[in-house]
Amino acid sequence: MTDEITVDHPVHDHPPVGDDDAVAPVHGHGDPAAAPPETPSVAVATQRRLMWWRFRKHHLAVFSGIVVILFYLVVIFADFLAYADPYATDAERSLIPPQPIRCCEAWHPYVYPVTGSRDPVTFERVYQVDTSQKIPVSFFVHGYDYKLFGVFHTDIHLFGVEGSDDALSILGTDPLGRDVYSRLLLATRTSLTIGLVGVALGLVFGVIMGGISGFFGGWVDTWIQRVIEVLNSIPTIPLWLGIAAAIPKTWSVTQVFFAFSIIISFIAWTDLARVVRGRILQVRREDFIVAAELAGSRPRRIIFVHMVPLFTSHIIAATTLAFPAMIIFETALSFLGLGLRPPAISWGVMLQQAQNVEALVLSPWLMVPVIPVIVVILAFNFLGDGLRDAADPYD
Amino acid sequence: MLRFTVRRLGIGLITIWVISVLTFVIIQLPPGDFVSTYVQRLQRTGGVNAETAERLRVAYGLDQPLFVQYVKWMDQVVHGDYGMSFDWNKPVGEVIGERLPLTLVLSVAATIFITVVALPIGILSAVRRYSYADHFFTFMGTIGLAVPEFLLALVLLYVSARYLGTNVGGLFSPDYQDAAWSGGKVLDLLKHLLLPAFILAVGGTAEVIRVMRANLLDELRKPYVVTARAKGLPERRLVAKYPVRVALNPFASSLGNYIPRIVSGAVIVSLVLNLPTVGPLLVSSLVSQDMFLAGTIILLLGVMTVLLTLVSDIVLMLLDPRIRYRD
Repeated sequence: MTDEITVDHPVHDHPPVGDDDAVAPVHGHGDPAAAPPETPSVAVATQRRLMWWRFRKHHLAVFSGIVVILFYLVVIFADFLAYADPYATDAERSLIPPQPIRCCEAWHPYVYPVTGSRDPVTFERVYQVDTSQKIPVSFFVHGYDYKLFGVFHTDIHLFGVEGSDDALSILGTDPLGRDVYSRLLLATRTSLTIGLVGVALGLVFGVIMGGISGFFGGWVDTWIQRVIEVLNSIPTIPLWLGIAAAIPKTWSVTQVFFAFSIIISFIAWTDLARVVRGRILQVRREDFIVAAELAGSRPRRIIFVHMVPLFTSHIIAATTLAFPAMIIFETALSFLGLGLRPPAISWGVMLQQAQNVEALVLSPWLMVPVIPVIVVILAFNFLGDGLRDAADPYD
Repeated sequence: MLRFTVRRLGIGLITIWVISVLTFVIIQLPPGDFVSTYVQRLQRTGGVNAETAERLRVAYGLDQPLFVQYVKWMDQVVHGDYGMSFDWNKPVGEVIGERLPLTLVLSVAATIFITVVALPIGILSAVRRYSYADHFFTFMGTIGLAVPEFLLALVLLYVSARYLGTNVGGLFSPDYQDAAWSGGKVLDLLKHLLLPAFILAVGGTAEVIRVMRANLLDELRKPYVVTARAKGLPERRLVAKYPVRVALNPFASSLGNYIPRIVSGAVIVSLVLNLPTVGPLLVSSLVSQDMFLAGTIILLLGVMTVLLTLVSDIVLMLLDPRIRYRD
């Protein structure tokens, strides 16, 4: 890995190699004299490596890629990073404003305890911060039980207050007294997983339809394109709302999750099908495809050995760009109460509590899921743009 | 020109037909037919015997195959009979009433907003490429594309409620809420339309600016522009007269492609901002499975989208002589 990185500069000064170099290992395209003999990797750089070099030049895309990876680390370690049981309700702790963790008392960060009482006039719950006491916050504490990777039983959490589940509320609590920070992490898991499943299903469907459309052409192609055209001219939200509303109320959280993934995958497939079709049409008349045909290759070999490597990167880029739509869609439908339903936690489900003006003004911290939604959408957009540019040597 | 119009009309009709089938499916999706729902609701207030239920079923043709039911339903819809809303105990047409025209007004306002804002900015961004203004608008566009409309609505609602303290949301001030239509009411409506139209337009504006900028840049590189410049045509007239007009085609078609998303967005933004459009009605009817109301709204929103797209296509045709004189 390291030796590849050290030799990047001579390469992107050369014009990118042609398409035909992508199908088979490249045999020294450039001037051999230009490459020092001790770095032969330059002369035989594969298409994939060229893409990586091009991609690395987009700093914003690389940064976005890191952000996306961080988000998926949260998906994997959500319970470990949380400190309070996201499902535990407590009427005594309803709508506590965010309490910062302060630094530092005897090398330990600490928080002040919060005591709640009910206002005798308005019956609202009011909270006082007791600055006379300091509760130390420590790392790797024992908290609620969970399963790491869905397998290992454990109760270790990254940080928290030893022996007390409800001393912390760094992003406040919701109307039912559940911790917003811990719920946000679990919501990230749900929302990003559903996006992943939805995109994966949409990808399969899109590649099949786009492949059929592009490879066979003729009336099949015309029909599939018309279907896509019609689907794209329908306002999606009302329609999918109607379909989502038909998911029976008696279904379990898991059943709803999968039904919902299938519904949102229908949104992704049209764009992906167009990308695949466009690429297939583009390469069908290329000389090397004709050569392969004349050499007696079967269609399956032509597609998988000669065509697919050419546009896997395009598919990856299009897939990345399909994520934001999935995430927005899940959030929007759950926000309207027609997507995932409590007890499932997702960004949209959390935002449901911020639906009216009073709640917004009195407890603005309920809006906090807006931030990860926007950050992750931006990250996927930049990453997808970077991948797309890197995948296309002619741009 | 005729061929273009006929083709667009054909696609529009097919789309409406597909939407009507999908709507029919959606109406049928919840378990039980609507008579059983109706009977269930009646049973809460008083008894209904099985005989009455059966009579209702025959009266509504529910004993017939689905295909016949679909044709019957379409026949009724075409004649303006959308069925009964169980939630409101009124004909669906009455419940929707003024809400559909208001939805249309909101969508059209957003479309106009996009055109008015995106066209000059797109031109500016292309002509002054890599200027500060260009970078600024490109950056804003990226953000605008990424932020979902309803979240923007939520944040703006919070900001205006917190810092301006005004009564945001709604489409009318309390004074005009129940007043008859008058000049004052129209003005009041326009004032209240600005924020939701802006919210709905942000994403579209960003996208259309991007399209306009890219196409105009391609056009500005062409030899005829260089020739015109070499002949001494003033830059402003040169740009406005030729390249911009060529780039208007992708501009108008991307605007047309965006219309379904405006209508989609209007549903959910209306809910957040509490606008009296069909959006909140659709959501509440779906939650309570008032399927005729929900189905009708989905169908009418679809038809509205198709009509709006058709209008934008005709505008496109008027703009572009290459389409007008093709055959």
